[in-house]
Amino acid sequence: MASAAHVDYLLRLGDNALILGQRLSEWCGHGPVLEEDIALSNIALDLIGQARLLLAHAGSLMPVPQTEDDLAYLRDQFAFRNFTMLELPNSGLEKGQQQRDYAFTIARNFLFSVYAVEQWTALSTSSDVQLAAIAAKSLKEARYHVRHATDWMLRFGDGTDESHHRAQAALVALWPYANEFFSTDATEADTAAQGIGVTGASLRPGWQATVSSVIAQATLKEPPPSHFSSTGKLGRHSEHFGFLLAEMQSLARAHPGAQW
Amino acid sequence: MPIDQGERKARILALLDSVPDPEIPVISIRELGILRDVLFDGDAVEVIITPTYSGCPAMYAIEEDVLAALAAAGIDNARVRMVLSPVWTTDWMSVAAREKLRRYGIAPPGPVPRDEQGAQVVKMHFVKARAPVLPACPLCGSPNTELLSEFGSTSCKALYRCVSCREPFDYFKPY
Repeated sequence: MASAAHVDYLLRLGDNALILGQRLSEWCGHGPVLEEDIALSNIALDLIGQARLLLAHAGSLMPVPQTEDDLAYLRDQFAFRNFTMLELPNSGLEKGQQQRDYAFTIARNFLFSVYAVEQWTALSTSSDVQLAAIAAKSLKEARYHVRHATDWMLRFGDGTDESHHRAQAALVALWPYANEFFSTDATEADTAAQGIGVTGASLRPGWQATVSSVIAQATLKEPPPSHFSSTGKLGRHSEHFGFLLAEMQSLARAHPGAQW
Repeated sequence: MPIDQGERKARILALLDSVPDPEIPVISIRELGILRDVLFDGDAVEVIITPTYSGCPAMYAIEEDVLAALAAAGIDNARVRMVLSPVWTTDWMSVAAREKLRRYGIAPPGPVPRDEQGAQVVKMHFVKARAPVLPACPLCGSPNTELLSEFGSTSCKALYRCVSCREPFDYFKPY
């Protein structure tokens, strides 16, 4: 019988993939160039595939088993466990901004996918056999996501004045939300002790080394550390999350039990 | 395994060798390394497959095609089970399969780059002089090719262009 912490940990992994997958899907048909439209759609597809595996696994371990669809479409805000960074709108955080912001999207992919590589590498030896298998697979895909994101960070940073300025602004806006990746809480401590999970804190040095290196190569400036910590993984989400869920869930909720 | 079951398994594997990849019909799911095993549970046949990319939508079609192939051979009591471990890798693709890919117009995957411990590596940083791995053009054979897009028509492929003959082509990415 899986512990509540074990299930909670799996939901965090699955929800990260689902919510970022949802945000990247919003670019489908709206990419700045065709190759990037395809790239983001493919990355979203990888993430949604990972979400399916993770949520199905989490659901199978619940006291009353849930399917991946139950979890994706029928949970309310407080039950989702993704990092707040991943639910932020593609238009960024500046007031009144309506247009999708490519630098913001890429910078977010950069910060998260570097973390994902560290995380999946560590989880490839999880004592949860199914999680270890999902991790080994997700790692291969995350590495391609990192390559795509870092390529663009370098092009933006070491590019034109405008691309440099936008990339820098995106980093500054996103940076405080990265703290949540590394804050340890009971769920992480618990599952790490059981050999199931890893603490975010243990992943920080690897993440920091890669991120600092890419930022420097991109001629960008690393934002100063902040004390802000978002709380999405605890089920306390930003004001953006309700809108995301409304769009993601409305069709399924309007037709409960419908099959394609 | 009793002899008749061993024979049964061999026959079913041979039968399933006729199930092609839905996107690349010149290769079978067996050659791709997707088809992993055939098990028996009493009368029921259980086919073990390993998915490629996490979100690959072709896996549904493959599952259906496997069951259809078995039903056509009179085997109705069958199911398909997806097993994630050991994780699928393009290194499992046979030499024959790679050649079939090339003749179909898709550059076959290079070896998965690995470090001294055998773990997979992917170059993290942009190399100013293009991507280091340049597949040869499957159409004219020229090594003078360039990357157009890291992600192509499907998750598993990237898009390249031959500088010599100017034709674009898909490259099956190492996984």
